[in-house]
Amino acid sequence: MKKFSRRDFIKSSLLGLVGITGVQAISNATKNPLVQPNYSGKSISDPQSSHGGFGVVGEVDHKKNGFHPKDVLTEFDYGTTSKLKNGRTLREYEFIATDKEIEIAPGVFFPGWVYGSPTSPESQRAGQVIGRIPGPTIRCVEGDHIRIKFVNAGSHPHTIHFHGIHSAAMDGVPGIGAGTIMPGDNTTYEFDAFPMGCHLYHCHSVPLKRHIHKGLYGGFIVDPDPERYTGEEREIAKTRNHNYPENKKYHEMLMLMNGFDTNFDGDNEVYAVNTIAFAYMNDPIKINPDQIQRIFLINVTEFDPINSLHVHANFFDYYDHGTTLKPTLKTIDTVMQCQAQRGIVEISFKGFEPGRYMFHAHQSEFAELGWMGFFEVEV
Amino acid sequence: MAKIKKQDSPASFYDRFPTWLIVIVPLLLLAALVILFVRTNPIQVATTDLPPIENLSIQRIELPEPNQIIVHVTNAGPDPVEIAQILVDDAYWQFEIEPSGKTLDRLESTRIHLSYPWVATEPHEIVIVTSSGTTFSGEIELATQTPKLDFKQFMAYGLVGVYIGIIPVGLGLLWYPAMRKLSRRGMGFILSLTVGLLFFLLVDTLLESFEVAEKLPGVYQGIPLTLFIAVLSWLAITAIGSRKSVANRDTKKGRMFVALLIAIGIGFHNLGEGLVVGAAFALGEAALGSFLVIGFILHNITEGVGIAAPVVRDKASTRYLIWLLLIAGAPAILGTWIGGFAFSPLLAVIFLAIGAGAIWQVIYEVGLLIQRDAKKAGSQLIDWVNVSGLLVGITVMYLTAFLVKF
Repeated sequence: MKKFSRRDFIKSSLLGLVGITGVQAISNATKNPLVQPNYSGKSISDPQSSHGGFGVVGEVDHKKNGFHPKDVLTEFDYGTTSKLKNGRTLREYEFIATDKEIEIAPGVFFPGWVYGSPTSPESQRAGQVIGRIPGPTIRCVEGDHIRIKFVNAGSHPHTIHFHGIHSAAMDGVPGIGAGTIMPGDNTTYEFDAFPMGCHLYHCHSVPLKRHIHKGLYGGFIVDPDPERYTGEEREIAKTRNHNYPENKKYHEMLMLMNGFDTNFDGDNEVYAVNTIAFAYMNDPIKINPDQIQRIFLINVTEFDPINSLHVHANFFDYYDHGTTLKPTLKTIDTVMQCQAQRGIVEISFKGFEPGRYMFHAHQSEFAELGWMGFFEVEV
Repeated sequence: MAKIKKQDSPASFYDRFPTWLIVIVPLLLLAALVILFVRTNPIQVATTDLPPIENLSIQRIELPEPNQIIVHVTNAGPDPVEIAQILVDDAYWQFEIEPSGKTLDRLESTRIHLSYPWVATEPHEIVIVTSSGTTFSGEIELATQTPKLDFKQFMAYGLVGVYIGIIPVGLGLLWYPAMRKLSRRGMGFILSLTVGLLFFLLVDTLLESFEVAEKLPGVYQGIPLTLFIAVLSWLAITAIGSRKSVANRDTKKGRMFVALLIAIGIGFHNLGEGLVVGAAFALGEAALGSFLVIGFILHNITEGVGIAAPVVRDKASTRYLIWLLLIAGAPAILGTWIGGFAFSPLLAVIFLAIGAGAIWQVIYEVGLLIQRDAKKAGSQLIDWVNVSGLLVGITVMYLTAFLVKF
């Protein structure tokens, strides 16, 4: 017997003119006693206790992953700095690509491809290179000379492609410059950090979709150099530059929106900011209301054309790509980004009642698949 | 044939050993080889680094309360599987697993409890995410509260069984007095018609069994299982039917036995039909289908004619006919109960397969009756009357099936 859908039933009821007396008896007998909604029923877990029963069960072993979502949120990789003869800063990095399994939701392990750097805070603490998704967040200053030695210790050919201004040979795409770096090989990418803003880097090997969604991407933050600006703009630039005391009034966070297609069917099973589903919901981001919150928001979600950030009970200013010192969108509570689009969000909770304020993608599907969290405003 | 002396036989060497030893030696060698294979793993080269094969089979989804879903799941794969998370309608949802832990061993079954506000008459999808990120999904076609085993529900399901089993067969049997007035040719027509409808039921039962068999985890080998059970039930019924007391079909006793066989075959068919209908009601797939029940009455009414056909010339007592009615029709009630309250695809496959075997045997028996009658009358087995009876039987079943198939 085939399944009966409602549409089939409606179709078939054209034949149903065969109605006989007794139909009523049957439908009373079959329909009513069988469907008895009873909304007083007990449920196994109290729906009030945990956000209405939705969410994941269990906890991710961050130690085993080697990185904690809290640290990914607020820590940056400044590399090794030295002064060049011309007085500019040389910032050197070593990036190592490896294969690594990451627990992206409690009990769900993703066979990832990851970048790690010996100068990232995790690696410094661990005394060894820790690969992570997203890769280490590069933090530099506009005009710095960046030198990145890239070592491919993974099982597939990889590159690093930076969203910034550089020569064709330094673009990190197959067939140009060093091209694709084979497993066991290495190369060095060199360029001056321009333009200032909130950018990203990712592997540009083909097949591109697979190489990106496996985890080879990260934040590339270029602080403005206040010396290059005047007046009001210089003051704003100081707040953005990690070397200036004005920057300490800001609580800066990386929120890299990503997704994981765990069964490789071209559709994500897990969405998150900074990889771990619901990480900031189970462990809310603590907010000191006297600080201004600055979010480096980057969309690296594969398979879905757009992603978004929505903050509850508050509004924010948005600087698209972070390449301007004046907001490109003022007083909004939702911002949309296409793949690889990014920007800076500035939001203040000054004078707000203490409590939990939700933030999530306003694609409800993404939110319920892990891209959801809380700001916890403290007294 | 020349006698060969035992000593001359080439096997004499083995005669020195007791039989039990000869039996046990290959078994010991087998054990030794298995141990050697497991220890050394000679095919390691071909299997290194292969991830474990995961195969979870969602057997049943229950909606016992408005805010509750229970998913019955079996590990049908060769390796243990760890259930990591559950998605309901594309959202992670909290769950509890009992009686097992999160890891399911091979062929282990368990239940996943979810507190989810499902919406009546709308579809829902449940996805199990394993530790490797592999997903297995099950669908609720039309959410309806799963019937609880209380008196009212029990009676309601029983009534559905009465309507699809007892009532149609009973109505068909009411034609018995009219059938007794038929001529010899008319009898041939009715018996051929019976063969036709039985043939339809055979095809229908087998296909239904195959359909349910496909929902079984692969290890149960549902389709071969159907065929083996069908053949075995056919042979078992043949063996029963060859007992001396009933073996002669020229006696009234013999013909009454054929009628009984038909009733049993149709009974098993109705049991399987009841199972599927009961399950469909419980799963909400037929929540709007009182029309379906009427369809079954029309569809099954010919079954009564078929049961009565072999004993048309004998004066069967009302009591005997009621017995036949109960044997053929009552299993539908049992079927709707099992289907509604404890549906198991495995059980459905077994009952349907027994039904198929029984019906095949009955087709053979009725065929013999027709042949015997034709011989007595000096006419051909395959003449226009018989062929048109067969045709009418199949056609009636086919057309009335329009009311119950979608």
